[in-house]
Amino acid sequence: MTTLSIPSPRDIIGPAERGETENMVLNMGPHHPSTHGVLRLVVELDGETVVDVAPDIGFLHTGIEKTMESKTYQKALVMTDRMDYLAPLSNNLSYVLAVEKLLECEIPVRAQTARVLLTELTRIGSHLVWLGTHALDLAAMSVFLYAFREREQILDIFELVSGARMMTSYFRVGGLAYDLPADFIPTVKQFIDTFEPRVDEYEDLLTNNPLWLERTVDVGKISTADAIAFGLTGPALRATGIAYDLRKMTPYTGYETYDFDVPIGQNGDIYDRYLVRIAEMRQSLGIVRQAYDRLIEMGPGPYQTADRKVAPPPKSEITHSMESLIHHFKLWTEGFKPPRGDAYICIESPRGMMGTYVVSDGGPRPYRVHFRAPSFVNLQALPHMARGRFMADLVALIASLDPVLGEVDR
Amino acid sequence: MIGDLVKGLATTVRYMFRKPITVQYPDVKRPVRERFKGRHELKRFENGMERCIGCSLCSAACPADAILVVPAENDPATPNSPGERYAATYEINMLRCIFCGYCEDACPTNAIVLEHQYELSFYDRRTSIYTKDMLLVPEDQGHGEIPPVLEQVHRRPSPPAQMDL
Ligand code: SF4
Ligand code: SF4
Repeated sequence: MTTLSIPSPRDIIGPAERGETENMVLNMGPHHPSTHGVLRLVVELDGETVVDVAPDIGFLHTGIEKTMESKTYQKALVMTDRMDYLAPLSNNLSYVLAVEKLLECEIPVRAQTARVLLTELTRIGSHLVWLGTHALDLAAMSVFLYAFREREQILDIFELVSGARMMTSYFRVGGLAYDLPADFIPTVKQFIDTFEPRVDEYEDLLTNNPLWLERTVDVGKISTADAIAFGLTGPALRATGIAYDLRKMTPYTGYETYDFDVPIGQNGDIYDRYLVRIAEMRQSLGIVRQAYDRLIEMGPGPYQTADRKVAPPPKSEITHSMESLIHHFKLWTEGFKPPRGDAYICIESPRGMMGTYVVSDGGPRPYRVHFRAPSFVNLQALPHMARGRFMADLVALIASLDPVLGEVDR
Repeated sequence: MIGDLVKGLATTVRYMFRKPITVQYPDVKRPVRERFKGRHELKRFENGMERCIGCSLCSAACPADAILVVPAENDPATPNSPGERYAATYEINMLRCIFCGYCEDACPTNAIVLEHQYELSFYDRRTSIYTKDMLLVPEDQGHGEIPPVLEQVHRRPSPPAQMDL
């Protein structure tokens, strides 16, 4: 299985230090604009050809999993925003679903629909950053500017519902943090109405552009078997031709009731990953439309579970109900105590399979939280794809895997 | 092939004649949404009394341990707050704060509210600690525009869409 080796930086630096290699060893990063974060790559180069490359990670390690062990379940939620900072709501969702599974609590339909709508917006927003930076890495400046303009609309919707553009913490265990505001519907409408032509515009600029094709077609190919062996998930796996999407395979939050397709590629090269993500944006927009229609149809309703042992009572209640006041105080100081046990939930984040494993010892704080971060696993395939390619392709490859270093290092 | 290049070029050229959507910060400031979580303020009741009763719930709810509350008994002759106690010391360390709004959600009297000021900067760690004098709204500014009851969630309606698209 030599083809599937993942070298460590030592494997490359070691021989070079002993003078055993003719090739040049080059450090790329950790501070390099096209590594999309603090990723260090140790590259062994023969001329301009990459002989081997070893990712060196950990520069952004903040001990999120460990810190969560010392916070109550509800407080630990804010850490999840800070892992994949381009898709905070996907992380929130993965974590709250796992804790809700521990608690076995029921979530109102309105909250579920809002969750679907907002996570799909997150997916579009995250793909827009990928598209913009990917194009920028390959010297297409305008796409970057256009993509960020649309992302601004999405961030504005997040600010509208949660008060924060990126660190939303909007999905709480038991439902949503607050109800959707009154002008949520018109703002989402504005986005739905304007977004589709914008995607066409990106495609005008890139899809058939000979310069773009030259840099992406047949570059960084990976076969389906290798992709599975590396544990690749998300658009990078689907580009190899498998329709593996957790929203279809193991539906959560009611995804089985939405009508959408899973776009797949054929060749598993950078171009197919591009096509898959572009098609995913259109599919996500379709899901947003359906969720939007449902929200209008169902009208106002509860946005969190009625279980007062999990979700705090509305504030208007605590002024006149002693019981509510006690619940409120208990929840904010002590938190809730899920029964002993563990729960694993994986969802389809913009980058792939985002899993959360929570172990409860019956206390108010998680005994252990672990995340299966898609960026971390996907990054393993980078050396395999980069060997034998030019140095310039390496830049395109990193962008096409779309890693978020906050999530890789956690 | 050339046709596809021209198609792309046409897109960019079209944009040359459109109004830019860039906001020229700091000359122009983008309005924030109603729920925006910025700098904290300690509010007062209509009659000028402090809302904060020194219960420390905000401090308990804070995931970043950024709040310090030291409560003291009210002097019945000149009470600071309508309850038995008030916050003698109230400090928020703005370097620790992550602006999550948990303090606002936890506060039973709606005393602490995350307002819309977002330009916070300090020269050293000491000045990053915002004391009660800095956080409390001045008495002459009345009750500091807060809803009478505790429906923080439905605060004033949001300003219209912020971008001219
Ligand atoms: S906003 Fe969050 S971090 Fe900041 S003081 Fe309030 S609870 Fe603490
Ligand atoms: S701000 Fe609110 S929660 Fe904090 S001590 Fe005062 S009354 Fe209690």
